[in-house]
Amino acid sequence: MTDGPLFHRDRNWHPKGFTPDYKTSVVRSPQKALLSMNTTLSEETGPVFGHEMLGDLDNDLILNFAQPGEMALGQRIIVHGRVLDENGRGVPGALLEFWQANAGGRYRHAKEGYLAPLDPNFGGCGRTITGDDGGYAFRTIKPGAYPWPNGVNDWRPAHIHFSVFGRSFGQRLITQMYFEGDPMIPLCPIVRTISDPDAVAQLIAPLDMNNTIPMDARAYKFDIVLRGRRSTLFENRMEGN
Amino acid sequence: MQKLTHIKENPSQTAGPYVHIGCVPNFCGITGVYDQDLGASMVNDQTKGDRITVTGSVFDGTGTPLKDALVEIWQADANGIYPNGDPRGDADQNFTGWGRAAGDYDTGVWSFETIKPGAVPFPDGRMMAPHISFWIVARGINIGLQTRMYFPNDPMLADDPWLTRIEHQNRVQTLIATEKTPTTFQFDIHLQGPDETIFFDV
Repeated sequence: MTDGPLFHRDRNWHPKGFTPDYKTSVVRSPQKALLSMNTTLSEETGPVFGHEMLGDLDNDLILNFAQPGEMALGQRIIVHGRVLDENGRGVPGALLEFWQANAGGRYRHAKEGYLAPLDPNFGGCGRTITGDDGGYAFRTIKPGAYPWPNGVNDWRPAHIHFSVFGRSFGQRLITQMYFEGDPMIPLCPIVRTISDPDAVAQLIAPLDMNNTIPMDARAYKFDIVLRGRRSTLFENRMEGN
Repeated sequence: MQKLTHIKENPSQTAGPYVHIGCVPNFCGITGVYDQDLGASMVNDQTKGDRITVTGSVFDGTGTPLKDALVEIWQADANGIYPNGDPRGDADQNFTGWGRAAGDYDTGVWSFETIKPGAVPFPDGRMMAPHISFWIVARGINIGLQTRMYFPNDPMLADDPWLTRIEHQNRVQTLIATEKTPTTFQFDIHLQGPDETIFFDV
């Protein structure tokens, strides 16, 4: 028994492309139906990344852009969890890249115009690769909420962006992590592109006091599930082939 | 009744306008964290195969190029072997197969320096014409868009087992690049409109 095609994506669990309350999607969403295909080698293979490419501070956003002896400002947190596939198996060697605003809700980016100040010791990017059980962790500061031009008074809840590679290019995923208890979550037009409340809940990381480091940093747990692969129990082939 | 034990894939959320910070920080001026941006280089001077440049833009429904798109590609080596996970053997060690490029802030143009891929098999053993898989994310795109680029004037196109499954054959040309020079292929992606690129749920 070998790995077969990737599971089909549940397009009712994911956000649709056309979500007019998130205004930018209106002219950026395909209008014709996506063509459904079974995966081939082109989707079942994908790039993999080795731990040797990581720098010592890649998973520490408090220090990786800071001047020597200084630290990023903000509430210190650890984000940890596992990357799994839809069969519930840990995915080792998965590259995670994450980016976020600083504690005041400001991104370090040329196209960002929010009046909150930059933190000279915070860049806002980090990355890590999962271990043998699919586990990962990084340290950062809790990002701030910020206003964005959509409606006249739309605010993003505090969030961290994640880019995830599994073993297959067809598993490629970008998503966002939100924080337990944030009253901004249900108000956000980008969160609301997802119609199923259980799917939204899958993006909300709970506070994890058991993994909090006393007198140092609180912990949030965020598991990430990527597409699974079928077992090839029987080949879909004509008899005699 | 027993319960199935499958769990759900995390739902996607848009990459947003600041995807560069996480995926190509050096490109957006955040230097000193990573040596170089991942996916910036696919080949070296030992890579086997015909060198090509693949370039293009992503256009919205008004015909305006996206200035904030991030494009990734994945392809086989010159012999048609994928660099990771291919059960048929080892690929060229001097080829990564994977590239990532951000659209220019002013023009929206992105480009990749790569090699022309070889043909790879469809699950039933027939060969697919050489192609490059694309994944496109940006602000306003809620889930990454998947498509493929094929090469013009390829005699394998007519019998390609993937392309021949497409009902509207008059749309297949949206997947075929334009040859600008013998080594430069332009592949513009249209999110909407009469030339809307075919995107796949695959």
